[in-house]
Amino acid sequence: MKKIIALILALVMLCALAACGGETATGNNGGNNGGAKADFKAGFIFLHDENSTYDLNFMNAAKEACEALGVEYVTKVNIPESEACYDAAAELVDEGCTYIFADSFGHEPYMLQAAKEFPEVQFCHATGTQAHTAGVANYHNAFANIFEGRFLGGVAAGMKLNEMIAAGKFTAEEAKVGYIGAFPYAEVVSGMTSFFLGVRYVCPTATMDVTFTNSWYDPTLEQEGAIKLINNDCKLISLHADSMGAPTECQNKGIPFVFYNGSAKDACPDTYIVASYINWAPYMEYSMKAAMNGETIAADWVGTLENGGVALKDLNESVAAEGTAAKLEEVKKALLDGTLKVFDTSTFTVEGKTLTTYLADVDDMGDYKPETEAIADGYFHESEYRSAPYFDLFIDGITNLDA
Amino acid sequence: MHKNREPLFHIVKRGDMPWYFSWGVRAVAIALALICSAVITMLVTSENPIQIFATIIDGSFGSERKFMILLQNTAMLLCIALALTPAFKMRFWNIGGEGQALAGALASAACMILMKDQSNLLVIPCMVLTSILAGALWGAIPAFFKAKFGTNETLFTLMMNYVAIQLVAYFSVVWENPKGSGTIGVINPMTKVGWLPEILGNKYALNILIVAVLTVGMYIYLKYTKQGYEISVVGESERTARYIGIKVEKVVIRTMLISGAICGLAGLLLVGGTNHTLNSSIVDGRGFTAVMVSWLGKFNPIWMVLTSFLLVFLGRGAGEIATDFGLNASFGDILTGVILFFIIGSEFFINYKICRTKSAKKEEK
Repeated sequence: MKKIIALILALVMLCALAACGGETATGNNGGNNGGAKADFKAGFIFLHDENSTYDLNFMNAAKEACEALGVEYVTKVNIPESEACYDAAAELVDEGCTYIFADSFGHEPYMLQAAKEFPEVQFCHATGTQAHTAGVANYHNAFANIFEGRFLGGVAAGMKLNEMIAAGKFTAEEAKVGYIGAFPYAEVVSGMTSFFLGVRYVCPTATMDVTFTNSWYDPTLEQEGAIKLINNDCKLISLHADSMGAPTECQNKGIPFVFYNGSAKDACPDTYIVASYINWAPYMEYSMKAAMNGETIAADWVGTLENGGVALKDLNESVAAEGTAAKLEEVKKALLDGTLKVFDTSTFTVEGKTLTTYLADVDDMGDYKPETEAIADGYFHESEYRSAPYFDLFIDGITNLDA
Repeated sequence: MHKNREPLFHIVKRGDMPWYFSWGVRAVAIALALICSAVITMLVTSENPIQIFATIIDGSFGSERKFMILLQNTAMLLCIALALTPAFKMRFWNIGGEGQALAGALASAACMILMKDQSNLLVIPCMVLTSILAGALWGAIPAFFKAKFGTNETLFTLMMNYVAIQLVAYFSVVWENPKGSGTIGVINPMTKVGWLPEILGNKYALNILIVAVLTVGMYIYLKYTKQGYEISVVGESERTARYIGIKVEKVVIRTMLISGAICGLAGLLLVGGTNHTLNSSIVDGRGFTAVMVSWLGKFNPIWMVLTSFLLVFLGRGAGEIATDFGLNASFGDILTGVILFFIIGSEFFINYKICRTKSAKKEEK
């Protein structure tokens, strides 16, 4: 017995010694300091950690932007959409950050609260809606015209449908795509509509079924959604949700799909076509640079194909139809020079009628009252009156399976 | 192979030990816990454990704001632990603190939202009244069924948590703002209707002060009042209580009314005092952590100040590690788990001692 005790004691002491002798003073903070402005420090608030594709997309962008500018930065992960977000922001200010970024929609009221309290610090919030009406000079929103990216994804999907029709797998009338949405809100509706319009741009007979999971991240529900759509004869799948649930099902069933936020080329090499995503690095670089130099940051910033805020990722040549890359280039050019509009009112109808007028709820004052005319010059002006999407119509050709 | 079938050790219950013995064991446990977490830190990451401990301390004392958040979180955890304690002393296992606090929080938020055009002179008394009543009701329902029908209070209070969570989730959608968020957001940010007043220029001070008063009050209630005495008698032995003429049903229901009411107050302080919003995670698991606080503090409100402080301190430190070292937040949770394991384990060594079984035969090799 004594021997055992002696052994344990010896072990403990050894460990304690080793503990004390551990390496000294590793550089603190996740950030690196490559000769940046000594007094500038950025803070980032993330809803989840790197296991969420949504947050990972932001983390990669933050790293890229800060390294490009040589800026020191601090991150706070797993910050819920609650008072904890305000606390996190306030602590970042205490630590000397003069620029703070938060990545989730529900962080907005707390970022706004912190912005009012710390007028000398710049607060940038992704996906929010209130900056243009709040009148707080140091609070800013950003989003991206992801509908352009989704439209391009739709074009790639339509090309694939055409290829399968030509191969005699099904008739043109049977060409149906499936879409798994998170919530039936404007952000998702705008995305799925632009995807569908992209599909129809090259495959005019296509229709679309939609199902909603009512969650941003739920692998099981997303997989079940994919099963439901596939059983409903959908030939191709796309989605707006954050997990790998649906792609996994598509890979197992051999159904091609268009992804969002990240590439699934390695995980699903036989079915993944392409992914559209929002690249946040250009915005972060722009806003940090402005904050550093004391310049004004726009209340609403929109990422576009032009400024790199919206992009396609990893086109999978072995699944995509022949000539997809060239077609995408062509459509992208047309979108860039303005000759092609995603929400061109001549390309879709709502309840059988072409839209000539539509009031959207752009000023998000909590009154749910639409007040802004969104249609002019023959197209719906999405994301032009504020950065976050407000196209919330169900157009003809789209069937909501949950309705 | 052992020929003798007797176990090598056996466990003996200790008699009453002097206070310095038990606190000595606890101190050793904490020291061992720190060493153990240092070893784990070194093995899993290449970080210097000393620096990690410094960071843990920095998480609570690094700035005035951090210190105030530490005090606020300690106060809220302590508040719910104080609520559970009279029930526990009565051997009524109320693990429904989460739900009772949520019921109070829901009532407060409802007042703030539905009476947003009224004056604070009217709204705040309404909030105080309804949240305390809501919490008390949430606590009294299981107590009533226990007293009248002998239902299992542990399961009943636990289930009531989920009812409260779902109710809050439902109202989060009913009152969602902005549209599409599925959350309520800050309630009345402009008019500040229903926001409890700030005292001493700090938004946490009121909560901390109320809980401090409550702590002393609960100590006196349990130790020096007739009702406190009745609670301990019912806890020791229901039959004795009946024998000396205590109406057990009445004590059970009355105590749970108090327990639930204080939880409801915690909900009020969270919604009206600091968070000014409502969501199903606003109580943040404190209803369950409070069980540990109360237990480790031996149902003594004064000791519970220490135990709640310790738990919050560790939790804040864990978050700070994740931020400063770029480690996943789960690593901080691992350390907290290790430390709690030692602290809870030390209670075993305080109550029991391990003796080597004296055997006639010598064990082989």
